[in-house]
Order: sequence, then structure tokens, then C-alpha cells
Amino acid sequence: MSDEWIIIILMVFMAISGVAIARLHNLFAVVMLTGIFSLLGAAAYVVLDAVDVAFTEAAVGAGISTVLMLGTLALTTSEEKPTPPRHMLAALAVVGITGAVLLYGTLDMPHYGDPNAPVHHHVAPRYLEESEKEIGLPNVVTSVLASYRGYDTLGETFVIFTAAAGVLAILGRVRRPKRRNERGQTTEETLK
Amino acid sequence: MNEKLILRVVSKFLIPYILLFALYVQWHGDFGPGGGFQAGVIFAAGFILYALIFGVAPVREVIPAAFTRYLLAVGVLLYSSVGVASLLMGGNFLDYNVLAHEATHGQHIGILLVELGVGITVACAMITIFCTFAGRAELNAPEEEEED
Amino acid sequence: MDVSFSYDFPGLLNYWIIVVLMMIGFYIVIAHGNLVKKIVGLNVFQVSVFLLYITLGKIKGGTAPILADGIEAYSNPLPHVLILTAIVVGVATTALGLALVVRIQDAFGTIEEDEIDAIENDA
Repeated sequence: MSDEWIIIILMVFMAISGVAIARLHNLFAVVMLTGIFSLLGAAAYVVLDAVDVAFTEAAVGAGISTVLMLGTLALTTSEEKPTPPRHMLAALAVVGITGAVLLYGTLDMPHYGDPNAPVHHHVAPRYLEESEKEIGLPNVVTSVLASYRGYDTLGETFVIFTAAAGVLAILGRVRRPKRRNERGQTTEETLK
Repeated sequence: MNEKLILRVVSKFLIPYILLFALYVQWHGDFGPGGGFQAGVIFAAGFILYALIFGVAPVREVIPAAFTRYLLAVGVLLYSSVGVASLLMGGNFLDYNVLAHEATHGQHIGILLVELGVGITVACAMITIFCTFAGRAELNAPEEEEED
Repeated sequence: MDVSFSYDFPGLLNYWIIVVLMMIGFYIVIAHGNLVKKIVGLNVFQVSVFLLYITLGKIKGGTAPILADGIEAYSNPLPHVLILTAIVVGVATTALGLALVVRIQDAFGTIEEDEIDAIENDA
């Protein structure tokens, strides 16, 4: 029972860092807080028994994502302009309406940790029981990922390949960026 | 050469263990948490750590850009060829049961090869993406020094 | 804390906190003009959606879905597989988005949305 409260405390910390990310204007601090957010999420996944997911989230979210964002900050600015207030009110209204609709939707959901929830009835018991005989590996997540749902993992590998190919296509050509003066004009535009 | 002394010494000490841990996670994905994705990311993290401290050029000497591009495709090809091999042996696409004389042995071989393919692709993809970003940053940096 | 209290009241509390997290991420995406901050908000939104799915798969008294002797209840492994794929696709999207932001900086000289609109409408 105490791990329920650990999860709630972790999620409250995540909410606090989320609000801090929204309020800060220094982008370096924002990126660091995103790393912290991902790490807190990874800790929550561990307490929720999702150890593979926690491993991946810690490595990918708090590792690679943070480094790539820092690389982008090195190539662009590191301060953000403050938003004018009228944007904030409209955004808060939209967010409030969406949140209210989602909260209304959660009223139908099964309670947290309920073993009789519909999600535990169809395919999952079959995987848990039959994977010992059919595949014989202790880690059910690996056997589902690589064998029962191997086709989806093939698609996912193609997605990573496409992402690397896309980044090479977008940034790969080592053309020097045009130098701009204070008004954002390139040298060609000032000569016109 | 006294700048970043602690970083240089500690990273030279740690990076072999990071790469070794990545290989451990790759092969032990069947028995505990782990598998191809995590191992690929940790393997790439070792090289990214080296590139953050010593620059992209030494990393490019160890793994040339063309090499990572080829390995990207090799990982995906490995995965697909396991599927095609099971087609050639009489089963469905990605049906590992027909890969060996016994069904569970076939599953083990199939999962091992497939996770290896995923790990190779993920590691090379992360190294490629990071070195593309960092190479462009290093291109901007000497240009800014010229403007002064 | 007796058993009936712990089963009824915090039954939906997890989902409500996750909805709050999702709305924080959504607000960051739509209310800020800086492109890097939008991508950060997208990451925050993604992590909270994953948290929702993993929370759905948890069974009280279960353990991680790694088969071992003497354990009867395992948490559902299907959401874990789905979210593993989703995390990796998420980092692919983030990497491509950040590459596009770098190119936008090269092309326009700024990554604030309203300044980019102004330059595009002038030119």
C-alpha cells in the first residue's frame, strides 16, 4: 500500500517540474528540468512494475533527448521571449476544457490496480501462461516484443532508421549558415 | 591541457565499462530487463560521452561516418533477413519456430538475432544523430571566432 | 488506513494527477512561441501519456513480468511492449523536430514563432 503513495508523491514532483518548465524562460534550465522530469517518470515506472520501460525511459529520455536538446541550444538561442498575456488566457481556456473532458472520461475507468479490469482478460494471460512452453524465456516483455509482436518491432526499427536518415538529410550537408545582421537580413538582402 | 582534467581522466576510466554494460544488457535481455533498444542507447551514450569531452573528430576517426551509415542499414537488414530466412525454411514471415530443429531453440535463435539487429541500428542511429548535431555546432564555433 | 479507504478513494486519483500532467504538457505546447520549448512540452506530454498506459497495466500485488518460481500475479506485459515502442518513436520524432528547428534558425535567424510569421509575411 505504501507504494501507492510513493507513486503519487513522484507524480506530484513531476507536476511541480512541469509547471517550472512552463514558467522558466532560460532554455538551458528548461532542458535540464526535462531531464529531471524523464528521470522521475522512470522512477515511477519502476514502482509500477515496468522495469523494461523504466530502463528505456531513463536511457532515452534523460540521456539522448537531453543531449540532443542541448546540442540544439548550442546551435540556436538560449533565452525565450516572454509570451504576451492574451495568448496565455486563450491557451488556459483550451487546456481547461480539454482537462475537464478528460477528467470526465476517467470516471468510467477501472480503479488503479484492479485485477478484474478488461485489459487483463484477453491476450495478456495467454502470453503470460503460454510463453514458458512456446518460447521459454523468463522476460515476457522481450518474448512479446521480439516474437509475438515481432512485426511491430520490425516497423519500429525502420522508424529509427528513417529518423537517422531524416536527420542526415536535414542537417547533413555542411553548408555554412548565412550570416545575418541585427535586423535579421542576410548579406544579399542588404545589397538589394 | 589542464582544462577538463577530471572529465578526461574519469571518462577514459568509465567508457570501457559503459560499452561492456551495453553488451551485457544486450545479451541478457532474455533474463532480466534489457534488450536491443536499451543496449543500443547505452552503447551510443559511451561514444557520445567521449565526443562531448574530446570533440567529434576523434570519434569520427574511430567510427567513420560511412561506417555508421552502413551499420544502420545492416541492423535493419539483419532483422528482415531473419524473417526471410524463416520464409525460406517453410514457415511464415518472422516465424521463428522453423529456424531450428526444435521450436523453442528456433525461438531463442530468432530472438537473439533480432535483438542484435535492433541494437546495432539503434546505436548507430543515436551516434549518427548526435555527431550530425555536434559537427554542425563545431562548424559554427570557428566561424564565430573569425567575426571577433 | 483501512482496506476499503485505500481501494475506493485513491482508485482514480492516479489518473487525475496524470491528466493534470498531460494538461501541463499541452499548455507548454500551445502557449509558448519558442520552437524548442514546444518540443519540450511535447516530451512532457508524451511521458505523461506513457504513465497513463503503464498505470492501466499495473495489478495490485503483482510484480514485474519476468517469470520466476513462486510468483502468482504478474503485471500486464502488453502496455510495456507498446510503450517501449512508443518511447523510441518519440525520441525519433524529437530528433527530427530538433533538426528542423536548427534549419529554421539558419533560414530565418530566429526560432520564435511570431518573428518567423513576421519575416514570412514581409518577404
